[in-house]
Amino acid sequence: MQIDLKKFQETFFEEAAEHLSTMESGLLHLEESGSDNEFLNTIFRAAHSIKGAAGSFDFKEIVRLTHVMENVLDKLRSNLLTPTADLTQILLRASDRLREVVDATRRGEASSVPIDDILPELEAVLGGGRPSEAAVAAAVSMSGDPRGEVVYSVVFEPELEFFRQGQDLFLLLRELGELGEILSSECQRSRMPALEELDPELCYLGWKVRVRTARAAHELRDVFMFVEGACRLDVTAEALAVADAAAAAGPVAARAERRVAVDRRSESTSIRVPTEKVDGLINLVGELVISQAMVNQAVASLSMTPELEEALMVVQRSTRELQEQVMAIRMLPIGTVFNRFPRLVHDLTMKLGKRARLEIEGAETELDKSVIEQLGDPLTHLIRNSIDHGIEDPEQRALAGKPEEGVITLRAYHEGGTVVIEVADDGKGLDRERIRAKAVSQGLIREDQTMTDEEVNALIFAAGFSTAAVVSDVSGRGVGMDVVKRNVESLNGAISVHSTQGKGSRIRIRLPLTLAILDGLSVQLGRDVFIVPLLSIRQSVRPEPSDIKTVLGGRGELFVLRGEQLPLVRLSRLFGVAGACEDPQQGIVVVTENDGHRFGVLVDDVLGQLQVVVKSIEKNYRKVEAVMGATILGDGRVAFIVDVAELHRIATRRKAPDEDGRSADGGAAAPVQEEVA
Amino acid sequence: MNDIPVQDARADGAEGSQQFLTFTLGGEEYGVEILRVQEIKGFSAVTPIPNAPDYVKGVMNLRGTVVPVFDLRLKFGMERKDYDRFTVIVVVNVGARVVGLIVDSVSDVLDVDHDAIETSPDLGASVDTSILQGIARNNDRLITLLDIDRVVGESRVAAELAA
Repeated sequence: MQIDLKKFQETFFEEAAEHLSTMESGLLHLEESGSDNEFLNTIFRAAHSIKGAAGSFDFKEIVRLTHVMENVLDKLRSNLLTPTADLTQILLRASDRLREVVDATRRGEASSVPIDDILPELEAVLGGGRPSEAAVAAAVSMSGDPRGEVVYSVVFEPELEFFRQGQDLFLLLRELGELGEILSSECQRSRMPALEELDPELCYLGWKVRVRTARAAHELRDVFMFVEGACRLDVTAEALAVADAAAAAGPVAARAERRVAVDRRSESTSIRVPTEKVDGLINLVGELVISQAMVNQAVASLSMTPELEEALMVVQRSTRELQEQVMAIRMLPIGTVFNRFPRLVHDLTMKLGKRARLEIEGAETELDKSVIEQLGDPLTHLIRNSIDHGIEDPEQRALAGKPEEGVITLRAYHEGGTVVIEVADDGKGLDRERIRAKAVSQGLIREDQTMTDEEVNALIFAAGFSTAAVVSDVSGRGVGMDVVKRNVESLNGAISVHSTQGKGSRIRIRLPLTLAILDGLSVQLGRDVFIVPLLSIRQSVRPEPSDIKTVLGGRGELFVLRGEQLPLVRLSRLFGVAGACEDPQQGIVVVTENDGHRFGVLVDDVLGQLQVVVKSIEKNYRKVEAVMGATILGDGRVAFIVDVAELHRIATRRKAPDEDGRSADGGAAAPVQEEVA
Repeated sequence: MNDIPVQDARADGAEGSQQFLTFTLGGEEYGVEILRVQEIKGFSAVTPIPNAPDYVKGVMNLRGTVVPVFDLRLKFGMERKDYDRFTVIVVVNVGARVVGLIVDSVSDVLDVDHDAIETSPDLGASVDTSILQGIARNNDRLITLLDIDRVVGESRVAAELAA
């Protein structure tokens, strides 16, 4: 029993987190969109769902807080409150606090987060024109009831399919009865068809119940919380009933129906599945693809009947499609992480007295779920930095001839087999003088060291280089850029910064699509096969003798492509592959591009184009230099996938005169980290 | 009273004994705890890993997972030997990792009494005994019991330092 509850609780926490995000994004749109719209309904639904579920686990704090929030939202919905900036702020704060309470409850420390300070704030908002109070007062004066009881009329009309959903009418009506005194209960039979048309499994009846109670209207509504989507419900205080019935009943019912329609859709179009199950599926399908390819190879030598040939084709096609679809399950639009940043920008600009808006591009770019999950922290930090250190005060901006409102752009797009995420601002840019001075004082560089602008920029990623101390006075923001860099690198990505003084900065994060299907070119080296990501390949050329030039007595090699000189990397030397061809004219130069830099990669032969599933080597072994992963070929063999970016870094580094490019044993893995950021 | 965990009952024989898979390397006999062994495979071609130490023979495809394969002879500094039809890859679990170990041949599964294991044999200062769980005597056979975490883990640590 205990275990079961835990499992459900976990689901609750997951769902609560989603509802909270929904609530937050809704709240951010609240002001601009006014009241009575889908946003309000969405927010209300979110609060309501959290409250309902929390109630069944007896999470009292969560229930208390959502309850009051719900009251405020209900007022907004019925136009008794207007959404002002202040009100939005209070609600946002409340939703933050709710998040904290939910997190604390998840850790089993429910009472560690106080809510007693936020509740009065919300109640104060409610206090203004409290209609239920007015209603109560009116009702009280009418009925003369000293205990503050009100007579409510509850109209409850379940939909026809009610019983088929396993709902129990009597439980609901009985529960209603426990909340107060039932004055009258009237069964409505208007929907009842003629006997010959009657389906005994459908629910044709409705009820109108008059209850006298001291409870509030929403408490009565809560009885029907779990069947809300499956019925029409109207709870009105009788004092108001006469005046409001005509006006309210129509739109409320319509709204309820619309809500039901929306809910239905989201329930039936998504299911919640643990990631391990998806990963298991992906592995299994991967095996299937390989076995299928092996079968094809095995029967290729047989004399096949046309039927067999046809059948094999169908199997092959279906297998491929199956694989693609399964892979797509893990991919999520990056918007799921981008969506939290409008809030951050909103809060931070207010706090710092700056003006900035966030522009999001490419939110639909898909990335593996595990990568997306780990992007939140580094991106938060970068956006914070942009507002904190990048965007100037409105006055300064005006002086510099810029619009007072700064723009922070969050952009995602595919490039060369990777996903690029950029955080750009139109602020003041990096102050290279100060960065340099700081780096010198911290002993990171020598005073007389000559550095390019790019190199100076890259210093902000150096460990122990406190950004706060360098570029702004707002300090104590926790992590520095070195942590961001580490985060990105742990995802096998790279980070770089471009900045123009006075114009702004742009941070570029390049991430591999781990676990994605990768389009690759398979190339031969000796007896081994390697995969080069197709998107970083520009062309393949069989070189003429005059195309290859050596420098420094053969230590460095260049490949001349239409008059342009490109560095040439002999992949066989870099990887220490034996038996590869030594004469460039016997091989093929694959021209690759990384970050705008082109270079040639010499391989023995190009075998063909194929889609591969990226497999981790680190899982059972460790990171291999210039390799981004492995894959399993059609014959069941493992092939390594070349990391073109890292290859480029190594290749440019290896032009140093004391390096001969060949490293025979494992010692070579050591210097990987010295990356040019 | 008698709620001895099931695994223990399986791992240890009736009278405080432990089961080991034994295999040979250059005429010497070795053993690894049977519970760490996932499976035994005949040797098949592996894909060499670029710039790896010589004892890391490469990676193989184990039903969709990329598994590194170590040559225990080379790992222990023994003479290289061509792989033949007796050559076997013992697939072991080390923590969450799966690793293949190339050995000359597997012998059998042996019940070894705890009493028969000499845990800290004195092999002289030149031999690193940290990768040994002990040495077992079985009739006139002498079996070196390997601490598989250390055999494989050691290279892991080295890799992490290097990476």
